[in-house]
Amino acid sequence: MRKGLHPLVMIALIAMVTLAGRALPTWTLSLATIAASNALIALGIVVLARTGNVSFGQGLFFAAGGYGVALIANTWGLTDAMAQVIVGAACGGLLGLVIGPLIARYSGIFFGMLTLALSMVFYGALVKSTALGGSDGFNVGRPSLFGMSFTDPREADFMLYAVSVIVTGFAGIAATILFRSEFGLASLAVRENNLRVEYLGLSANRIISINFLIAAIFAGASGAFALMAQRHIDPQFAYWTTSGEFVFVAVLAGNQSVAAVFVASMALELVRSFSNLYLPNTWQLVLGVFLLGVILFLPRGIGSLWIRDRRKRRIPAAATLTAERGAAP
Amino acid sequence: MNFFLTIVLDGLIQASWLFIVALGLTLVFGVLKILNIAHGSFYALGAYIAATVVTMVAARSLPPSVGFVAMLLSVALIASAVGLLLERGLLKMFYGRDEVVLLLVTYAVFLILEDVTKLIWGVNPIYATQPYELFGNIEFAGLYYVGYDLVLIPISALIGFAIWFGLNRTVIGKIVLAVIHNEEMSVSMGVRVNRVYAVAFAFGVLLAALAGALTAPKISMQPGLSSDVIILSFAIVVIGGLGSVEGAAVGAILVGLARAASVHLMPQAELFMIYLIMAAVLMFRPEGLFKRETARRI
Repeated sequence: MRKGLHPLVMIALIAMVTLAGRALPTWTLSLATIAASNALIALGIVVLARTGNVSFGQGLFFAAGGYGVALIANTWGLTDAMAQVIVGAACGGLLGLVIGPLIARYSGIFFGMLTLALSMVFYGALVKSTALGGSDGFNVGRPSLFGMSFTDPREADFMLYAVSVIVTGFAGIAATILFRSEFGLASLAVRENNLRVEYLGLSANRIISINFLIAAIFAGASGAFALMAQRHIDPQFAYWTTSGEFVFVAVLAGNQSVAAVFVASMALELVRSFSNLYLPNTWQLVLGVFLLGVILFLPRGIGSLWIRDRRKRRIPAAATLTAERGAAP
Repeated sequence: MNFFLTIVLDGLIQASWLFIVALGLTLVFGVLKILNIAHGSFYALGAYIAATVVTMVAARSLPPSVGFVAMLLSVALIASAVGLLLERGLLKMFYGRDEVVLLLVTYAVFLILEDVTKLIWGVNPIYATQPYELFGNIEFAGLYYVGYDLVLIPISALIGFAIWFGLNRTVIGKIVLAVIHNEEMSVSMGVRVNRVYAVAFAFGVLLAALAGALTAPKISMQPGLSSDVIILSFAIVVIGGLGSVEGAAVGAILVGLARAASVHLMPQAELFMIYLIMAAVLMFRPEGLFKRETARRI
């Protein structure tokens, strides 16, 4: 078992990062809020990827969380930020609970395609539903926290930053504990060989379903954050390029370290805002080159920059995988 | 009855160009085992190049038929070159990696090409309507159709037949099939797999770009074209079974008919319908309609 940070140390880290927000300029604050929210959904993809399945349709749960929160906020006037996050997570989780067991029996490219298809079904339905504003979407009000409303935009930004950092941070701690648990290790075993896992008496399908559910909950909560940050929602939340970006963060991070997800998400947001500033209209190009570079030079993600322990010896495992596919010349 | 015929004909017109795109996608997957997200970008590339060529020809006041032939030739030339370059220069470096990693590599290529097309052709809609009047209007069972649309159907049928014939009845095709079935064995039998890879990928790009060129006179070219097309062609190849030519044909017809039917009956359900079909097919036949189950190693 790899040694990692103690959960208490991580809680202290989260508190420090939250307080540091006081000192940050406003533009960094909103950037960090989006980065934390994207990190949350990418963390879900990493959790799921440990079973060997990559979801290209997390936009489905992202949009479900966002739309769920937006509808409840507009109908019943629910503005509390924490409550909105919980509602978002619940919306994503409910959907994940239904879909997870259905698609757990697929793997690899079919898993990815099916999740993509489902998110596009949702997108297609959203675009055409006039009650939900069609392709334009609709607006929601400013969130409050525990009965306090924030009129000063600086304070409101900080509140959102604090909530997103704390929620994402605790999700990160939960994921770390999960990764080290028996269940987390069984998930890795499913990735290596699901049939052998079944022979050992575990249900690979159930392991995948539970991981899928966790990913869906994270995605729903992330949708709630995106909604609060933009105070607007539209079907783009469910489009496949949105999901692609989250997979991008997950690949950038690799699946060895939770901290890497946060670093990757922040790196992506920085690259995006700088290329917006200096290379307008070409940020996708920058992003694409960046992604190719990471896949080529850091095949195990940026987490491999600081985690170089005994896992390094497992590289031959990748070679056997190649052999199984029929060795490419 | 007439209404029904309209849907079927519209569906077949849609299916004809979708089939050509999907054929490229399925071929690349069959040979290289790459699900190419950038495939839609090659379609857009073909459409944009065609628009430029058609506009250049029209500016010299040459007849539209010259424009039509010139656009097909130039697109074929450029697309093959781009395909060879990408395969040899980029994709080659990633062979042997996981399928999902290769998917992401093509996603990166998609992102890059998306901006490259914007840089070259700008973000405003571009049109190339001159060849659209080439075949006049045709009356068919009391309905008037633009001749160009109807001509697309035999063209795509011809392309489909040529590919089927090439794969199943020629030596080169047999070699490609051998690589599809067992790469390792092909290498040991003396097949230059690298070359097959490069040619297959370039051919896939060529098909996507040709479909783009053929549809260019019908549509307006603008950003977002590639992501719409790739989503449709994904649905087609997944419905038909990845790597299957017959599957691509059946998938294209299904998707074309579904599109036409929903446009005429329930415009709000278009994308929804297509993806519902795809999800349903995946639920009941995860390997697609036309793919045989394969054994796996434990």
